[in-house]
Amino acid sequence: MTQDAIAADRSSVATGDVLYSIRDLSVEYGTRAGEVAAVDRVSLDIRKGEILGLVGESGCGKSTLGKAMMRMISPPGRITQGELWFAGEDLMTVSEAQMREIRGARLGMVFQDPMTSLNPLSKIVDHLTETITTHEPSVSEAAARDRAEQLIGRLGLRVERIDDYPHQFSGGMRQRIMIALALALRADLVIADEPTTALDVIVEAQFLDLLRELRAEFDLTIIMITHNIGVVAEVADRVAVMYAGRMAELGSVDEVFLDTKHPYGQGLLRAVPNIELDGSDLYQMEGAPPNLLHTPSGCPFHPRCPHVMPICSEREPAFAEVTPGHRASCWLFQEHDGEGER
Amino acid sequence: MHPLLLSVLIFGVPAAIALGWVFLRGGGALRRYIATRVALTLPMVFVLVSVVFLVLRVMPGDVASATLGPKANAEVRQNIEETLGLDDPLVVQYARFLGQVATFDLGDSFVGARRPVVDELGERLPATLELVLPAAGVAIALGLVLGASAAGHRRRLRDYAVRMFGVVVYSMPVFWLGMLAKGVFSIWLGWTPVAGRIDVLANATLERTTNLLVVDSILSGNWEALRSALHHMVLPVLTLGVSISGLFARLVRINVIETLQQDYVAAARARGLRERTVVGAYAVRNAMIPVVTVIGLQVAILLAGTVLTEAVFNWPGMGLYLVERIKVRDFQAVQSAVAMFALLVAAIGLAVDVVYGVLDPRVEY
Amino acid sequence: MSRIGILLIVLGGLAVLAAIGVGTAWLAVRRRRSRYAWFFLGMLILPLAVLALLPARDPVPVGAGGEVLVEVRGLRKWFPVQKGFIANLLSRGHTDYVKAVDDVSFTIKRGEVLGLAGESGSGKSTVGRLVLRLLDPTEGEVVVDGVDLARLDKENLRVYRHKMQVVFQDPLASLNPRMTVGQAIEHPAQIHLPDTTPEERKRLVFELLDAVGMSPPDFFYSKYPHQVSGGQRQRIVLARALITQPDLIVADEPIASADVSVQALLLELMIKLKDEFDLTYLFITHDLATTKYICDRIGIMYLGKIVEIGPLQEVFENPQHPYTRALLSAVPVPDPRHRRTEPLPTGEIPNPINPPPGCNFHPRCPIAAAGVCDGELPSLRPVPGSEDHLVSCHLRTGDHTHLDPARTGGPSA
Ligand SMILES: Nc1ncnc2c1ncn2[C@@H]1O[C@H](COP(=O)(O)OP(=O)(O)O)[C@@H](O)[C@H]1O
Ligand SMILES: Nc1ncnc2c1ncn2[C@@H]1O[C@H](COP(=O)(O)OP(=O)(O)O)[C@@H](O)[C@H]1O
Ligand code: SF4
Ligand SMILES: [Mg+2]
Ligand SMILES: [Mg+2]
Repeated sequence: MTQDAIAADRSSVATGDVLYSIRDLSVEYGTRAGEVAAVDRVSLDIRKGEILGLVGESGCGKSTLGKAMMRMISPPGRITQGELWFAGEDLMTVSEAQMREIRGARLGMVFQDPMTSLNPLSKIVDHLTETITTHEPSVSEAAARDRAEQLIGRLGLRVERIDDYPHQFSGGMRQRIMIALALALRADLVIADEPTTALDVIVEAQFLDLLRELRAEFDLTIIMITHNIGVVAEVADRVAVMYAGRMAELGSVDEVFLDTKHPYGQGLLRAVPNIELDGSDLYQMEGAPPNLLHTPSGCPFHPRCPHVMPICSEREPAFAEVTPGHRASCWLFQEHDGEGER
Repeated sequence: MHPLLLSVLIFGVPAAIALGWVFLRGGGALRRYIATRVALTLPMVFVLVSVVFLVLRVMPGDVASATLGPKANAEVRQNIEETLGLDDPLVVQYARFLGQVATFDLGDSFVGARRPVVDELGERLPATLELVLPAAGVAIALGLVLGASAAGHRRRLRDYAVRMFGVVVYSMPVFWLGMLAKGVFSIWLGWTPVAGRIDVLANATLERTTNLLVVDSILSGNWEALRSALHHMVLPVLTLGVSISGLFARLVRINVIETLQQDYVAAARARGLRERTVVGAYAVRNAMIPVVTVIGLQVAILLAGTVLTEAVFNWPGMGLYLVERIKVRDFQAVQSAVAMFALLVAAIGLAVDVVYGVLDPRVEY
Repeated sequence: MSRIGILLIVLGGLAVLAAIGVGTAWLAVRRRRSRYAWFFLGMLILPLAVLALLPARDPVPVGAGGEVLVEVRGLRKWFPVQKGFIANLLSRGHTDYVKAVDDVSFTIKRGEVLGLAGESGSGKSTVGRLVLRLLDPTEGEVVVDGVDLARLDKENLRVYRHKMQVVFQDPLASLNPRMTVGQAIEHPAQIHLPDTTPEERKRLVFELLDAVGMSPPDFFYSKYPHQVSGGQRQRIVLARALITQPDLIVADEPIASADVSVQALLLELMIKLKDEFDLTYLFITHDLATTKYICDRIGIMYLGKIVEIGPLQEVFENPQHPYTRALLSAVPVPDPRHRRTEPLPTGEIPNPINPPPGCNFHPRCPIAAAGVCDGELPSLRPVPGSEDHLVSCHLRTGDHTHLDPARTGGPSA
């Protein structure tokens, strides 16, 4: 696919139907020190056919949000509130057995570390056929193998290698196998949690190219969770920025990168080394990401914010639209009557 | 055929077939590995046997004083040593013993009726096998089920119960467990026999071929003997099995918990696989790798447990035999029995290594 | 031959000369030919004079390197591949090697920052460890400040080490969890600056804490590593490295484990410290974008070799090696308008045990010329028109440049 086609692709999905809708979701982890509010009243719509980049620094709750979307939060974590609407159903209300059918078949997940996300004792082909026959019991073993071979070939691996074990593959190849597993049943939505973080830049770029091709070919919707802002700029159609378990900003890539609203996003973008810019100094953001045991009051970013106003530490801004389709949770863009000033 | 040979064959042949199957099925690297591993077993046994031979000669005491008492007549003593060949130079004795081991003729024992050691072992080894193998089965089954289910229900009642069981059983010496069991079930409740392998009456009617009583009674269709043999087996087997299962359950539990936290388990769940598949095919199988390793290292403990269990239940196996003959310094019997044990340990070690290689495709030979 | 061998031969020769001198002088005196005696006595005195002129023991010649602080020549590190006991028996003594570093040469000038970049497994960290002599090279030499580290005995090397410090990626792993921040920073000073009093050392620690931005110092002085944030831990490691007043700091992915917003702070701190303490850095990273903000020169590594090295600006603006071009173009850019310009090489880095013959990169190279690139090993040579920008590619320098598609108007690579 040419780079222009990619650009065209990006604009065409801007108005797609909503495929998955997260409503007011909260996830907490119970720890000895107290409750960690890893995801805090997050609402987000994922549109059919888009690649949504979910960015934020480590510990801001990205992975937790991704797992919650699959309803895979396990103790000590729990979903404390919210709805997860997928294809007309609130996943919070379906049974575990139904949920299991949805997982793998319609919601796929790719994890960060390709070296550890395959069973070391099973051949690649077994991973694939097992997934296929679990969800489609009528498919014979041989037919499943055929499908597995086709997929493996499509993803640029030699078909003979299907009988090899995971340790015989490099990181990039294993990540392709993970994608094959998500595609085995033609999942509608793939949640990829830092899929390229463990890969080297060239392999990462190869993987991102492949992902874009597959998106068109398989009609995929992808959530790309990453802390790498460059990766998001490269593949995402829309971007959601998370901070301290909450949504900070949401908009199209161009909006979020070129017309950044939230001061956190602005700072982050200027703090990231950019190989293309002339060596101007990097922006020095104050402080460090907060501990979610004690999320700061009001706007969680206020202790680090260069534009902080009195109200910011008092009341939490809404995650509201600044321009159509472009949201930010920041008082700079919201009406307030100065209530914070005492 | 000799019962010793028979009982070795009964377990050896299936094992050899399995080994051969793995050998033929595996790639070149695995084959070379198995071949070398088998070849290395022999020197290992040789070293063990030699060490035992030497240790016995260095040990204080000798058969003459042990049987005749310390004040024995010097001439009688001389006489005994001459007949037993104990007055020969050590090198000669050693060479003779190696020759005996190599030809599977282990000489005559030093005491009593001076029966051939092979005949004595032919009675004792089957007894031990009949105790150890079912006990190992009990331990593995119990350990797997308890360990895996505790891991699956972490920090719930079941988990705590299993952990408690593991600690108690593991820290309780097997002979004490055995006496306790005997006290309750044999003496107090009278459900099981107190000692031995079979009733005297049943024994008299049983035709012996392998000296594995269960096998013999089935072969000869002697159901009364079978009932009696099983009845005698229950308590010793359970005692030994339960005693080992504590360690096993703890090992399985901790390793399954660890594998359940691996990314590939999360990934398998994300693919919608059934929890049974996830725990069984993913977690338990991966957990077995470290478990097998540890068990392989613990075979010695298993055998020590066997010796003690035999002592408690007066079970006429190898352990009891060793204990009896060390007391009277019957070197011929002791060194032969130990050679037998060495062979057993070597065989189990070999089995563990091969299983390990088959279980884990990542193993490089 | 070893230095000691040469010394013994020289001393032996002088001793023989002296013995002849003494003997003949004695003979001459006995035979009353004293005018010869003076001549022979001269033979005795000469060797003694030479001996007296020989230095008692080589002092470590500090500062002899002049402008160049680090010089690495023909460095190799081959790790034998560990095999199981049985596999070892079966292979009958044949050993495979991981050629982690294979003929690497470079210099770092005083006050300069040399970046080493490349994908994981290319040998960057191994070079760092070799420079610090945490590993012994299989071949080649490392000269720091005019001293060949291989010539230092254990004791001298230990003393010499304070001139070179290291900062690793994971600060938590390099700090003893049971030492307070103050103790951790002070600890190397007890070894390397034995002449200082505890008070002086404490004052030094406070100054350094302040310098790395951990203020107020007395607040952090008695904290433990787990009580401070990840970024602060890396600051502590930097302070600890600085207390021995090093000339050189080898920084192996020093900011890679920090959060994005913290990375910028650490990078800025390292630049500030360099100026403040007159440091020289060997900055190892897999992230090319960060090198841009700190490095003066950069070397690109591939499969244990440096394939291109030169001033950062030049390498970034005019990359010569096809691998450098691919690497630079693959770096994700935080700007949605940016488009990649170079085609990606296919496949992944091959096994370093049996690297491809000729140019390591040729199986993946978009411009590889058959018969040239797969045969001969290219060497690092200056790019035409530049002295200190070197590249190791047949088609960019040397006799085969006519095959370069960029030159012959073929598809640009
Ligand atoms: N199993 C867990 N137990 C306790 N806290 C957790 C657990 N998993 C994540 N957290 C906490 O939840 C927060 C969000 O984590 P995560 O979703 O992994 O963030 P991200 O993926 O953005 O790095 C962090 O503060 C982390 O410490
Ligand atoms: N101690 C070691 N023993 C064996 N191989 C090693 C050792 N250290 C590094 N290697 C190998 O050397 C190569 C280079 O490693 P390294 O220097 O760590 O690369 P980088 O820092 O560029 O990622 C790798 O293939 C690695 O596996
Ligand atoms: S709400 Fe206030 S503190 Fe938060 S980002 Fe906006 S200006 Fe800064
Ligand atoms: Mg994460
Ligand atoms: Mg490294």
